[in-house]
Amino acid sequence: MRIMSWIQNHPRVLEVVYSRAQAALRPFRRWLRRGGTIERVFIVGEIATKGPIFDCRMCGQCILHSTGMTCPMTCPKTMRNGPCGGVRLDGTCEVRPEMPCVWLQAWERSKRMPAFGDEILLLQPPVDRRLEGTSAWINEATGEGARMPPGWGA
Amino acid sequence: MSEASRLERVLRSGRFAVTAELNPPDSADPAAVYDRALVLATVCDAINATDASGANVHMSSVGVCALLTRAGYEPVLQVSCRDRNRIAIQGDLLGAAAMGVRNVLCLTGDGVQAGDQPEAKPVFDLDSTSLLRTARMLRDQGNFLSGRKLDARPQFFLGAAANPFAPPYDVRAVQMAKKVSAGAQFIQTQYCFDLPRLRAFMAQVEDLGLHGKVCVLVGVGPLRSARSAEWMRTHVPGVHIPDEVVRRLAGVPAGRQGREGRDLCVEIIRQVRDVPGVCGVHVMAYRQEELVAEIIEAAGLLPRSAQAGLHHPQGTEETAI
Repeated sequence: MRIMSWIQNHPRVLEVVYSRAQAALRPFRRWLRRGGTIERVFIVGEIATKGPIFDCRMCGQCILHSTGMTCPMTCPKTMRNGPCGGVRLDGTCEVRPEMPCVWLQAWERSKRMPAFGDEILLLQPPVDRRLEGTSAWINEATGEGARMPPGWGA
Repeated sequence: MSEASRLERVLRSGRFAVTAELNPPDSADPAAVYDRALVLATVCDAINATDASGANVHMSSVGVCALLTRAGYEPVLQVSCRDRNRIAIQGDLLGAAAMGVRNVLCLTGDGVQAGDQPEAKPVFDLDSTSLLRTARMLRDQGNFLSGRKLDARPQFFLGAAANPFAPPYDVRAVQMAKKVSAGAQFIQTQYCFDLPRLRAFMAQVEDLGLHGKVCVLVGVGPLRSARSAEWMRTHVPGVHIPDEVVRRLAGVPAGRQGREGRDLCVEIIRQVRDVPGVCGVHVMAYRQEELVAEIIEAAGLLPRSAQAGLHHPQGTEETAI
């Protein structure tokens, strides 16, 4: 566990890994589709990597680079737009006092992310619940992960 | 579609606004709502109907607001994301608008663990910010999240909550700015017992250029006793009560602590009025509506212009039952 939080506390490295991985996948975009063997392999890969590092919940719409490399779905209220008002004075969670507020960590880490740190200010639309359990990496390549609800507007 | 929000008019006129909280009854009798509303109506500009606050079930906020608009009161509908998904929330917003509700306070909601039914499923399909943006979409774009068009748009004056008294302190004003860009036109803060923290927050709000763009109503309320202050700060999510406040209450005999709590609340209101950028106060006291009225009067915030038509619909053709 210590190694995992050590990795998370180096968001600068993680954002470089993220940009490189994104660039590396780009040429293969046309083969990246949901529902095939490739997706199954990706899902296993995501569970094996993002699982232990970020406690990933496989929402299928990964926004880690916009939330200080801290998974917002681990927040008991699954807040994707910032902390709730219930954060305790010692910085722990209202719902689960044994854990630190996810958003407190997200803000701290985002300050140490020169490339994507400012994205924490972006307004995140509601999650598409149909994508739960699918590969966020494939959804990012196909654009499905960033799709807004049809009526959301500009 | 009837007229726009009265609370909005008061705030736009630059008058120091007062809103108060009506605690929905554990009752199916509309009289329980009207009895409480009657006490509050003459002392405030709008009455908040809480949405199962603290995750304790009571009469729904939509139901309370529908009763209030029927009697000519100005309600603020609180909507929390804890109990309903986006389908239910959009429907409730339209229904409330059709009942004449103009003010909507968009909240995330306390976790179910805080309430009397901790075994319930927490929904949190939207969060407070995406809820605000959704309500603004209904009003300004005239469609549902699905893209389907509305035949008539709701007229909403949209509000959100801010808690300057919970960490991360340096982020709270930025977080509020995000809510403003998502659609918030007014803000209600959590209970204020810490003036220096409020001043620091409001200075940040000013630095972000939000003065004039959003109306901040500061949450205030009386403490019953040193013991209840201690209980509140350990059990009610997001409420921060400094040690000196608890010590001050504990310093007077038990029988007079309620009086001291009331006086402290009046003092806080007077100080809050002088903080630059503050547009009003939101007075909360769980099931103590009479005390709220007394505090507003003692703080020198009367008279308020009476809320339109203070007739109760019971016994008329509009009867709620």
